[in-house]
Amino acid sequence: MAVVTLTINDHLVSAEDHQTLLDAAKAADAPLPTLCQLDGVSDVAACRLCLVEIDGSPKLQPACMTPVAEGLSVRTDTQRLRDYRRMIVELLFAERNHVCAVCVLNGHCELQDLAIEVGIDHVRYEYLHPHVGVDVSHAQFGIDDNRCVLCTRCVRVCEEVEGAATRDVMGRGTNCRIISDLNVPWGQADSCTSCGKCVMACPTGALFTQGATTAEMEKDRSKLSYIVRAREEHQWVR
Amino acid sequence: MADTAGATTEAAETASADPRYQALDATMKRRQYRHDALIEVLHDAQGIFGYLTTDVLTFVGRQLQLPPSHVYGVATFYHFFSLEPPAEHTCEVCLGTACYAKGASALLAEVEREAGIAAGDTTADGKLTLKVSRCPGACGMAPLVVYDEVAAGHETAESTLRRVKGWLG
Ligand code: SF4
Ligand code: SF4
Ligand code: FES
Repeated sequence: MAVVTLTINDHLVSAEDHQTLLDAAKAADAPLPTLCQLDGVSDVAACRLCLVEIDGSPKLQPACMTPVAEGLSVRTDTQRLRDYRRMIVELLFAERNHVCAVCVLNGHCELQDLAIEVGIDHVRYEYLHPHVGVDVSHAQFGIDDNRCVLCTRCVRVCEEVEGAATRDVMGRGTNCRIISDLNVPWGQADSCTSCGKCVMACPTGALFTQGATTAEMEKDRSKLSYIVRAREEHQWVR
Repeated sequence: MADTAGATTEAAETASADPRYQALDATMKRRQYRHDALIEVLHDAQGIFGYLTTDVLTFVGRQLQLPPSHVYGVATFYHFFSLEPPAEHTCEVCLGTACYAKGASALLAEVEREAGIAAGDTTADGKLTLKVSRCPGACGMAPLVVYDEVAAGHETAESTLRRVKGWLG
């Protein structure tokens, strides 16, 4: 394991060569907003919230999937990046029907936290107001497409951690939806083991436990990283 | 993959009962039931069955050992694949640059009005599917309309409506 030295916001930092810019930024106290990234599952760099500037490159790079390298000079908080981040979060709101006041995750929602973090007081884009449904056919859980941001964390956790691969994304563009098996109601999806990992992984109120109140519906993501770490390092005691 | 077949008994039974499934299984076998052959296999399946039914998607998923959600995701990502039975007739209006410049969008609007459906949809009686394409590559014939896989050039709203009206009955 080699150690590399790079610059983040004009500060010299060292990192292990298998780490990403996101890890290095976190260690250097320059945390970046993230949404699709989830510890314990593969990275897809889908949300683009963690974009950073790298000196000498005209292209912005997603920190969650860019490996550190010797001598890189990275900026995490320029005006250009702040503008884009705000734009991205606003577009996420405009794409579906997010009404925080009636959402079970109000107060514990990563999307809501992001909106506050990037300073959104209103959305400048026209809302699409798509007609999408709520599926509560599963005995314990439900999915509300109105609140889905298509981060695919549920898809990855179901396939990579639970090994069930119940979930995937159907369609394309604004018609994309999270599905269970062959687009059947969740309660009829044979492959689902009802483990609840997708609910834990979901950043918004799109996946929820039925009957839970706002106070109860906090998502315990440390459980997911615990399972993954235990499996990788064969440590089964908590 | 350990055994080349990868077939569950149930799937194998379906295959032996229906010659179409046998043909589909043969194309998968030719590709050694490889996961990454999914798109080609769905392509063949649509050729054999006309469209992709739930049973066909399930069968393909089982034989290639892919999760059903993944097969469905791929089948709905590409415009080429259809999960609905095809209509008796199709009318495909090109909206590529040349055809567009020659008035294809007005022509399309006329057909949409006559058939009472939007591009991409099928009439309720299953007689006509109206589609748009992006340049099949015969710009000299603009505006181009493809009727049941046969291309016709220099179309007008009148000539298109004449064809389509006959089909709508
Ligand atoms: S409950 Fe578990 S098995 Fe079922 S969809 Fe969610 S992650 Fe997959
Ligand atoms: S249901 Fe939740 S985890 Fe899954 S894609 Fe939508 S927002 Fe992400
Ligand atoms: S967290 Fe890096 S692109 Fe989503």
